[in-house]
Amino acid sequence: MTQDIGQIWVYLAASPLMGLTITLLAYQGAFRIYQRSGCNPLANPVLIAVTALVAFLGITGTAYETYFAGAQFVHFLLGPATVALAVPLYMQLKRVRAMLWPVLAGLLAGSLTAIGSAVLVGRLFGASETTQLSLAPKSVTTPIAMGIAERIGGIPSLTAVLVIVTGILGALGARWVFDAMRLRDPAIRGFAIGVASHGIGTARAFQVNEQSGAFAALAMGLNGALTALLVPFLARWMPL
Amino acid sequence: MLSALTQLLIFQLAGEFVARSLALPIPGPVLGMLLLFFTLLLRQGPSTELQTSSQNLLQHLSLLFVPAGTGIMVHLHRVAAEWLPLLLSLLISTTVTLIVTALVMKLCQRNAGATGDAA
Repeated sequence: MTQDIGQIWVYLAASPLMGLTITLLAYQGAFRIYQRSGCNPLANPVLIAVTALVAFLGITGTAYETYFAGAQFVHFLLGPATVALAVPLYMQLKRVRAMLWPVLAGLLAGSLTAIGSAVLVGRLFGASETTQLSLAPKSVTTPIAMGIAERIGGIPSLTAVLVIVTGILGALGARWVFDAMRLRDPAIRGFAIGVASHGIGTARAFQVNEQSGAFAALAMGLNGALTALLVPFLARWMPL
Repeated sequence: MLSALTQLLIFQLAGEFVARSLALPIPGPVLGMLLLFFTLLLRQGPSTELQTSSQNLLQHLSLLFVPAGTGIMVHLHRVAAEWLPLLLSLLISTTVTLIVTALVMKLCQRNAGATGDAA
């Protein structure tokens, strides 16, 4: 009997069904914890799900490649989801017309700062070249950041984790930074969060203030597109 | 749902095609997003179906990050070896980006003398 279960396990562990199922289970469990915590940014669902999966795969001795054979079906949807970002971007465009110039100037300054400071600080403290390239797109939403990292010779999965940590840091620290600056305007607060810490920051901004959330979503979309344009060209010309 | 998903895939495919054929360094899905955005501008808005489906897909955007994030298990040694530059880079860069973006917007707004309802 135990041998049968062992054999069944060996078969199932290698099938794509397993990778796909545990991904959905881990995420749903993590999301429930996030909601129970009152949407505390420290209880980020991606962080919890990834930690649980890494532990599970480590304990069962399953290789990442085996897991990914199933999880790739979820991963694939990042492409269409990136395309779908055009829809909220369009919906918010009208609200922003009144603030067009501050938005464009803030976007360009913020985008360059995010890329440049991440690479330079990493280099200053001795990060390897591949790690620096993986750091460059860290302020934009994961599907875009991973695509950029892949194009310029970084490590997409390392970038994915750096993006998530950046989002959590921004969501946690933004209020403190803005209060120290005595900045009240919810539109500017939201936009700066969106530029610096993409979707995780945006989710946080929506909980604080509707207008902040709308501007954060806009910033996330615009910065995704701009960073995708800037990083490959910067990477070509910035001596690493 | 089905026609909206097909539409998204067609735009992604078009983006991939343009990126490869012009040898652009931009990811295909990002170009697809820009193509869809300009199409929406021309058509003056998405269909109700595309809007609902996009909303549904983006509502669970975090789930789509999980398989890639789990890939960190392959890079644990790199994170362990470079945790200090990584942590400092993320911490400093995120804080500076928040400050610079907000300051530039504030200065620009003041210089333009803009009178938004956002006070």
